[in-house]
Amino acid sequence: MDITGSTTGQLLDAMQDGTVSAVDVTQAYLDEISAHGETIGAFLSVNSEGSLAQAAEVDRKRSAGEALGKLAGLPVAVKDNICTKGLSTTCASRMLENFVPPYDAHVTTQLQSADAVIIGKANLDEFAMGSSTENSALKVTRNPWNTDHAPGGSSGGSAAAVGARLAPLGIGSDTGGSIRQPASFCGVVGMKPTYGRVSRYGLVAFASSLDQIGPFATDVTGTARLLESIAGYDARDSTSVDQPVPNYSATVDQPLEGLRVGVVSEFFGDGIDSDVDSSVRAAIDVYRSLGAEVSEVSLPHTKYAVATYYLIACSEASSNLARYDGVHYGRRAEQFENMIDMYAASRAEGFGPEVKRRIMLGVFALSEGYSDQYYLKALKVRRLIRNDFDTALENVDVLAGPTCPTPAFKIGELVDDPLQMYLSDICTISANLAGIPGVSVPAGFSSNALPIGLQLLAGPFEEEKLLRAARMFERETDWHTKRPTFS
Amino acid sequence: MLSPEDVQKVATLARLKLSEEELEQIGQQLGGILDYVAVLDEVDVSEVEPMAHVADVSNAFRADETRPSLPREKSLSNAPKTDGKYFLVPQILENA
Amino acid sequence: MEFTPIIGLEVHVQLLTKSKLFCGCPNLFNPDNPNVQTCPVCIGLPGSLPVMNQEALRLSQKTAMALNLNLANFTKWDRKQYYYPDLPKAYQISQFDLPFSYDGWVEVTLPSSGETTKVRLIRAHLEEDAGKNMHDESGRGGDSKVDLNRTGTPLLEIVSEPDIRCAEEARVFLEELRLLLRYIEVSDCNMQEGSMRCDANVNLHVHEDGEKIPTPIVEVKNLNSFRGVEAAIEYEIKRQVKAWETDRKRIGDVPKETRGWDADRGQTFAQRGKEDAADYRYFPDPDLVPVTTTDEQLEAIRATLCVFPADRRKSYVNDLGLSEYDASVIVDQGREYADYFDEVTSVCGDGKQAANWLTQDVQRELNDRKIEIAEFSISAAVLGSVLQKIVKGDITIKSGREVFAELLKQSDDGTTVSAESVDAIIADKGLGKEQDTGKIDAAIQAVIDNERNAKAVEDVRGGKQQAVGPLIGQVMRELKGADAGSVRQMIIDKLTS
Repeated sequence: MDITGSTTGQLLDAMQDGTVSAVDVTQAYLDEISAHGETIGAFLSVNSEGSLAQAAEVDRKRSAGEALGKLAGLPVAVKDNICTKGLSTTCASRMLENFVPPYDAHVTTQLQSADAVIIGKANLDEFAMGSSTENSALKVTRNPWNTDHAPGGSSGGSAAAVGARLAPLGIGSDTGGSIRQPASFCGVVGMKPTYGRVSRYGLVAFASSLDQIGPFATDVTGTARLLESIAGYDARDSTSVDQPVPNYSATVDQPLEGLRVGVVSEFFGDGIDSDVDSSVRAAIDVYRSLGAEVSEVSLPHTKYAVATYYLIACSEASSNLARYDGVHYGRRAEQFENMIDMYAASRAEGFGPEVKRRIMLGVFALSEGYSDQYYLKALKVRRLIRNDFDTALENVDVLAGPTCPTPAFKIGELVDDPLQMYLSDICTISANLAGIPGVSVPAGFSSNALPIGLQLLAGPFEEEKLLRAARMFERETDWHTKRPTFS
Repeated sequence: MLSPEDVQKVATLARLKLSEEELEQIGQQLGGILDYVAVLDEVDVSEVEPMAHVADVSNAFRADETRPSLPREKSLSNAPKTDGKYFLVPQILENA
Repeated sequence: MEFTPIIGLEVHVQLLTKSKLFCGCPNLFNPDNPNVQTCPVCIGLPGSLPVMNQEALRLSQKTAMALNLNLANFTKWDRKQYYYPDLPKAYQISQFDLPFSYDGWVEVTLPSSGETTKVRLIRAHLEEDAGKNMHDESGRGGDSKVDLNRTGTPLLEIVSEPDIRCAEEARVFLEELRLLLRYIEVSDCNMQEGSMRCDANVNLHVHEDGEKIPTPIVEVKNLNSFRGVEAAIEYEIKRQVKAWETDRKRIGDVPKETRGWDADRGQTFAQRGKEDAADYRYFPDPDLVPVTTTDEQLEAIRATLCVFPADRRKSYVNDLGLSEYDASVIVDQGREYADYFDEVTSVCGDGKQAANWLTQDVQRELNDRKIEIAEFSISAAVLGSVLQKIVKGDITIKSGREVFAELLKQSDDGTTVSAESVDAIIADKGLGKEQDTGKIDAAIQAVIDNERNAKAVEDVRGGKQQAVGPLIGQVMRELKGADAGSVRQMIIDKLTS
């Protein structure tokens, strides 16, 4: 069987009926990583021995007739900003290059109890700050569809790993689109759940009020399966919400009767690529053909979302990243004059330019005399953005639009223009500000053969509706079955 | 626009040792970003409450129970400098 | 020169919870075994998240009630940013604009003048304590050491208005605060171990030509004893008077100064100014959610409060007739002592008698044995039963002392003494007052008949009633115990009728 060409459903069936073992599956992906890993650069570390041991344990449990978790034997690429006990967790930063956490993130524990196999730690923009994974201080990750192009970011490693079929599943984190945008760029499904749906315990914080962990898979069903395994209340995260987790994978195939789709007009504004525009409009026509009621809706404060997002995200980041001072963990500079200089020198050496830029912006936005004008103002506009969604979702079930205005840009294309890079997040960041769930599904290709993503958004804790709506589209199309060819 | 002194002040607060060149570059970029975020000036928020938390959660507590701490060697395992008992830092000067 | 010292205190108090404020590490003073009460949360490891200890909030709210503070129904957590090696996250989780309590007061009475004043409180808020840095004392510039055992201990910051006018008042305020917090069992307030710490803001209002001129404010940090607080403020007032006379600097002319206290030399000293003016960049902690408390929940906490020391003093004076001095002596010894007193009083029915015994006989034993009331071998119930017999007139005070001494002797020998022990001792030693009037009469007659008393007997017969005293004494000695009043009356009746 073509293991790496299979969906998670096919792999689970094959392991269940004994066609392949969990070790076969993991070995097949490890082989794929050996063959193409360096071309793509998806992984910062590959957990070869550990993953084979985990797979062998799944096989042992199966032969002993013991109960198995929902992801038994499925390899997962975990973004390297999620703590894995005993496995280095670098955040793609020189600062944490040698950091080995003495504890597991909640999500790591959840994966383990679902009998998943952690096959490696995936590359990202340093501390998840970026939209292309080019800000990784440790590695370049390439888009599997065209290695001159970026995979998107910040969860570019996880998205590229799944896109290149180096792993059937991936875990990312999404602060302003960091799962959905690389999913769209790499031609896979990626979902940001509702804020509070998945515990952030053990996720190295970028912007705490926006960060949310979520799944990648080659199809919607795999996404549903991974989400239901990692979601749920965790008492160690005060912002975790105590709500039951539906069995998403059991209902994902049920179409939604009388679905009402709202097309967000602001997401089709200036700067949208014509291929993206036509692919996404064609995707919306698929819903029309399925009998959905399609209407135009407006999110009038969308034009303020990027500014609001950068002020809040950078303010929180400036505080979250203050702890990296070379005292208790992380990099310490070799040369310094005194303790204060040690702090400043260690941080200057340990952080890359984008991280420094955002810390500087955040410190400024919170500083005395400016915090009302910048930070506090942004918190107020944030509420208006949330109100826009509440209003729009009164009359429709899901919102639809492109995930990103353009297909994947070239590596190096936007590096020197941070503001232009920030603006590429225009369609995704509002969902983080509002705390609502969103999913990106493959919806076509550009004229230069780069994937295009359709984004669907729904109200808080409506992941089930979102996944079913996404699956309705996926069922009618074959975009998700396309595989990149690369050497 | 931010003056070089403003940028240096922010860098000091941020504990970032930046070269002249970096200060100038980041200063320019920050200036550009601040010009961009000025778009928020056109939004009337006089009647709007700030939204610090997006999830409607309050009163997340834990009971006053102890849990095992990490063994000391684990706590110190990532320390850049330690004597096996303490984290070590360059001498802290408290007095003039 | 005429001036008024203006003093405000900032007091930090560690709360008596089992675990830390935001994680499950034990909340224990443990300086000899560094970095063993730490976990990902209190080391501030990447990815870790805080979760609020509910008991810490409850103890804080209890404290606020005792300090007459208003309690907020809505409160939240903010981050205060600063860099220091004992603060692993480089921000302290604290409360900025919406503390859980505000606007209160503490009443204090100055021993020197007997004057009672109210020191107003601006607020009390809850925050996490930092760890501890230890500096190389060799002078060779060695590394400093960081111990995070204390990091994350629940810490209450209580801030007073600048209502305090002298060093003595500052000390008494702090002592009253400690007493109160110990009574309600929220903190042990041990200044040596750092579970109570104090910073003082001191300046002067100089009165000149009908004008009131404020001098620059100086913050004296880390005062770690009551005597230190008083001495440092006294020193600082004198120093500021001199400073005014030399440079006449007013508030605002110079930035606020921070000084340390050298207890050995009895001097404050200038501490190095911060590199840059502090900018704490407070903002709401996105990792912690707001806290709401209903009035019903607050009332339930209020119901768990004991009677506060100040109210107890008043009730001892007004209801039991104690002197203010005795009332203070008992209350200021702490809650267990006052509880002991209350039980003795309720058993014997006489607060004054109980107070006399406690402040004299009992206290002498405690001092001799260097023990606390909790360790005293005679329980309040037993002492109460001794005093009850005195109050009812069953035994004399002198016999009571004999019983007390015997009780101590027995318990020193390992016997657990009880109310039955009291009865047995009285019976064994024949200490019960003689009730048989025949016996009393015979004893009186014998004393009257004694040749040696002829003069006294004559004097009493002649109307000199004060001469009866020695006769009563002899009768009492003979009887070992009797009611002195009735013996007196019987002698007079016998000699004058």
